[in-house]
Order: sequence, then C-alpha cells, then structure tokens
Amino acid sequence: MSESGKKIRVVIAKPGLDGHDRGAKVIARALRDAGMEVIYTGLRQTPEQIVTTAIQEDADGIGISILSGAHQFYFKRVIDLLKEKNASDILVFGGGVIPEDDIPGLLEMGAGAIFGPGAPTSSAIEWLEKTVAAKIN
Amino acid sequence: MEDAGFNEAKARYEDKADKALRKNAERRAEFTTGGGIPLERLYDPESIAGHEYAGHIGFPGEYPFTRGVQPTMYRGRFWTMRQYSGFATAEESNARYRYLLERGTTGLSVAFDLPTQIGYDTDHPMAAGECGKVGVAIDSLADMEILFDQIPLDKVSTSMTINAPAAVLLAMYICVGEKQGVKTSELSGTIQNDILKEYMARGTYIFPPHPSMRLITDIFDFCGREIPRWNTISISGYHIREAGSTAIQEVAFTLADGIAYVEAARKKGLDPDVFGERLSFFFNAHNDFLEEIAKYRAARRLWASIMKERFGTKNPKAQMLRFHTQTAGCTLTAQQPENNVIRVTLQALAAVLGGTQSLHTNSMDEALALPTEKSVETALRTQQVIAYESGVTNTIDPLAGSYAIEKLTDEIEAGAMDYIEKIDNMGGMLAAIEKGYPQKQIQDAAYEYQKAVESKDTVVVGVNQFQTKESDAAARKLLRVDASVEERQIGKLKKLRSERGNVAVKERLESIREGARDENANLMPLILDAVRVYATEGEICGVLREEFGEYVENIVL
Repeated sequence: MSESGKKIRVVIAKPGLDGHDRGAKVIARALRDAGMEVIYTGLRQTPEQIVTTAIQEDADGIGISILSGAHQFYFKRVIDLLKEKNASDILVFGGGVIPEDDIPGLLEMGAGAIFGPGAPTSSAIEWLEKTVAAKIN
Repeated sequence: MEDAGFNEAKARYEDKADKALRKNAERRAEFTTGGGIPLERLYDPESIAGHEYAGHIGFPGEYPFTRGVQPTMYRGRFWTMRQYSGFATAEESNARYRYLLERGTTGLSVAFDLPTQIGYDTDHPMAAGECGKVGVAIDSLADMEILFDQIPLDKVSTSMTINAPAAVLLAMYICVGEKQGVKTSELSGTIQNDILKEYMARGTYIFPPHPSMRLITDIFDFCGREIPRWNTISISGYHIREAGSTAIQEVAFTLADGIAYVEAARKKGLDPDVFGERLSFFFNAHNDFLEEIAKYRAARRLWASIMKERFGTKNPKAQMLRFHTQTAGCTLTAQQPENNVIRVTLQALAAVLGGTQSLHTNSMDEALALPTEKSVETALRTQQVIAYESGVTNTIDPLAGSYAIEKLTDEIEAGAMDYIEKIDNMGGMLAAIEKGYPQKQIQDAAYEYQKAVESKDTVVVGVNQFQTKESDAAARKLLRVDASVEERQIGKLKKLRSERGNVAVKERLESIREGARDENANLMPLILDAVRVYATEGEICGVLREEFGEYVENIVL
C-alpha cells in the first residue's frame, strides 16, 4: 500500500523470447502477497505490448524479468517507448541474469533499480513502496 | 531380519538418543530432503524390511534396472562428458566445440539461440536483440555446415537442445553428415524434441499440442527407419526442476510426459518395443546429495515398470531409462562464484552415483553469463576428477543397500506414482497442462523455496549466510555477445537468400504445406528436402505456423 492508501499497481513483464518465468512468477506472487496489485503479462511480450499494458492498467511500475542476456536491448526499448508516450512516470525496474557491470548502464538509461541473482523479494518490495510513495509526495 | 541382538541394540540406541535430546535439542525440529521428503534420524534394516532383492532392486542391466542399465556400468566405459555450449554465430561455436574436444570432452551438446529455438530467422522482428545470446544462431544448413566444420560426425555424438523445430535441425544435421560422406544410419546423437515440458516449464513452444505431438511421432517413425542409433527424444525433467519443482515432481511429471509420448506413438501405430529403445531422458542434479542419487534410481525402476506393465513391452532395452544429467543451474550463485565449483562437484557426483549415461557440469560464472573458456575447462575437469580419481566408478551402484538410499528410492518412486495417478485421472499430461495443474504445482514449490531462503530456513552459502562484502562479480571477466553478431548473421542470411535457388525453395516449402495438411504424411522427409536446398528454419517453421497455428500460453499464477 502506498502512503496515499491506493494499492501499488505493477506490471511484471517477460520481454522477448526468453522462457524462464520462475523469477517473474515468484516476484509477482511476492508483490501480491505484499498487498500490491500485480498484472503478469506472460511470455513473449514485445516492448510495445508491455508499455501498452502498463498504460492501460494505470501501473505505477513495470518489472522486467529477463534471463536471456538481451536486457540492454529490452530495457532501452521499454524506456524509450514510455518517453514517446509521455508515460515516463511509470517506474521501470527489473531482475534476472544481469551482470553487475551492466547495471550502471541500465540505471543511466532510466531504470530505477535492478535486482540481480540472489536478491530477496523483500528488497524489490521495499524499493517499490519507498519509490512510489516518494513519487506521490 | 534374523538378528537376535537387533531389537535389544535398537532399544539401547533409542534410549541413548532420547537422553542426548533431553540435553541438547537437534539443529531443527524437522529434517527433510531439499525436495521436502521427511527424513528420519536414522535408517536401519527395518526401514527396508520386506524388500525382495531380486524383484525390487535387482542387478545392473536387468529389470527393473534400479542399479543401472548396463551390466558393467563405468567399469566398461565412463559416462559421456557432454558440455552444453553454443553462442554467437556458427564460427565462434565451432571454435568452442573444437576447444572442448581437444580437452577431452566426449560428446557435443548444442545450445541454440532463442530465435532458432522458436523458429524465427535472425531478421524476424521477434528475434531482435536475441541473436546468439543464449546459444548459437542457426538460420540454414549453411550455418550448420560451419558449426560442424572439421568435426567428424561419424566419430562424435551430438545432442541438440531443440524442441518445437527439432525436425528442422535434425534434417540439417543429416545433410551435414551427407556432405561429410557419413551415412545417415551411422549418425548418433539426441534431439530434445520434448514439447510437453516446454508448455509446462521452459517456454520455447511454437505450435499447439496436437500438431506438435504429430511432429514428434513423425520423427520417431522416421528415425526408427533411417537413423537407428538416434535418440529421438530426451524427455526432460531438468527444466521442470529448474522452474522450481521438487525431486518427486521432477520424476513424476517427466515420466507422465513419457507416458503421453508412448501413447501418441502407439496411436500412430508404432511399436513400443521398437521406438521405446530410442526414448532417452534428461534429469537435473540438484543440491540434496542423497535425494538426488535416490531419484535417479527411483526413476529407472518406475519407468521400467511403466514400459513393462502398462505398455506390455517385452524388449528389455525398451524398458531401460537411459538419461543425461545437468547440474542445477538454479543453484548457482552470483555471490562468491567460486563456491559454485564445489556445488557442481557434489551434484555431478550424485549423478554418477545415480548411474547417469551422460553429464554436463555447469561453470562457476553461469549465474551471470554464458561461461568463459576458462570456467568451462574447470567444469569439464570436475567430471574428469570424478571419473579418474575419486574411485566411485570402479564398482557399480556403490550406495545400493544403504538403508537411507533404498528408503528414499522407495519414497520417491511412491510419491511419483501418486502424481502419475492424479494426472491419469485428469486424462493424461496434455489435459493436466491445459488445466494448469503441473504449472501450479511447480510454482507453488518455487515460491515456498523462495520464502524458505528469505526466512533463512534454507541456507544458501554466500547469499543469505556467510556473505562477504566485496563485490566478486564486477571484477570477473564474463563472456559477452555484442550487437555486431546480429548484424553479421543478418548479412549472411541476406546473402544466402539472394544466392540459393529460390524456385526449388518455394516448391519444397509448398510440399511441406501439403504434408502439414495430410495427417498421414510424414513431415520429416519433406523438411529434409527443403533444408537441402537451403530453405531457412524460419521459412519452414513459418509455413508450419500458417498451417498449424501457434500455442497460446495458459498463464497460471
């Protein structure tokens, strides 16, 4: 729950052809158990589909789960599309098999946070609660 | 049990244990295996009372194959050391295969990139960003020729992790063999060709279930006649486990998939005593050492009885569960990656003590990226140390008769049988997948595991205990596949399309279309004809997509 009392809404997205959905589903359930409203896209989403879903669902954030190594490509496309559609207020965060060296580049691109292998779900929950609250205030 | 002193000794022991417990509680209130099977403090002869050795455990190479599928096991020859690899384009991957062969790997295992696994050419819009990332990009026979350049296909066996488009990649492999002068009948290897676990856990499906099952059984039929030494399918529990299942679920869902394939092939009129010989399996080697060893033994015994009792086979080779093993990728940690070498060693040892036919050991850097040459070498050396130095290979199934191992073997078998019965009652695995049953079971187990790690009930060394502050990962040299790979591959594809005989390509693609419409046709020879004239994988799968449609994921959360 954000401080305004409105439930935080999050789209958990699997971009591209990557079929590893264990992490996406675990984080979706953990966010839901933490009281957020979660929309899980399912596999093989294009960046266009992900951004459209997030806008239609009035999401506070998009969580991108990617383990295929194509993270730079997909984060950039999603962030660029959000800008194009004047929806940059939607937070972008993510996780998966993402080397530490790549994280600064993703943050610079406009990602809010990256949760790598071994990160507890609580770290994503805390980050979302804090960041969404800060955005509202 | 004729042992006069047993009851007395046991009573004495229990008394002692009670006293010890009154002084100090045990580390936990309950002990379970990694997969959640309750463990007793001690197993003893009573744990396996009533076992009839010959019928229940038996001898290696004999029904029910609990102790192994061959009469001499690793005293005859070691398992195949088969490292799964592939990245960027065919050139880079060919160099990696030759590197591995020079260092003593004994079989190849091809990892394809995602566009190849999902039947898209590299220049398809859905393929953008993915070229060469998780495996090698193969668009046509021209790429496959480069992939196996200077690798004699009559000497090396090759496993290909390819499912929905398995027929296309097998056809390419046959054509490369032809060009090397190797008879098709002399090729040996494996295609994964297991669509059911793609729907359930791995995600690289293309077509809906019915035409997918047809492609699979077309391959069984074709290979039975043309490539007798080919493993036509590798029924995979590996990815089910990686998606979060328990050990029992891994065995249960894998064998339930196996049942579905046997039934589909029988419906086509194929004889399980014949095609049954070429079914192979693929399991995970996870962290719980004893549970994993028992798992392989239980899977072997259960499959033997399924093939004998349920399907009435008489040929012992059709009752043998032969399997490949890969150590569990999901247990690798990005933190303190050197610890992964130890994890992989234990997992690989469990696979060997469980009687695997073939083994892939993961590299220490794979929680972060595809492995470097150096880390792959250490992974291969791990297998060689187990094979040549540890001594465990010198007597067969050395843990048989261990009260704990035999008891766990029984429990895993019984637990898997319960699941299979549930799935039978739902109408078989296809129906169960449509209901989302195995998906939900797997996810629940994955979520429980995550909660246990976060509460530290489950310890992951270096992650939730024994952490160190410095960042180990940043300093490491990781393998990178950059965007220029995609440009190069698209360039090759454009050149191919302009230079090949496009009339023949078009004709042969149309033959595939007609074949797709005729349930009685076997698609495999038609695909082979198209591949031979350099029709691309995306073109062939494109025609099949138009005819068969595409699978729509049943999202279960």
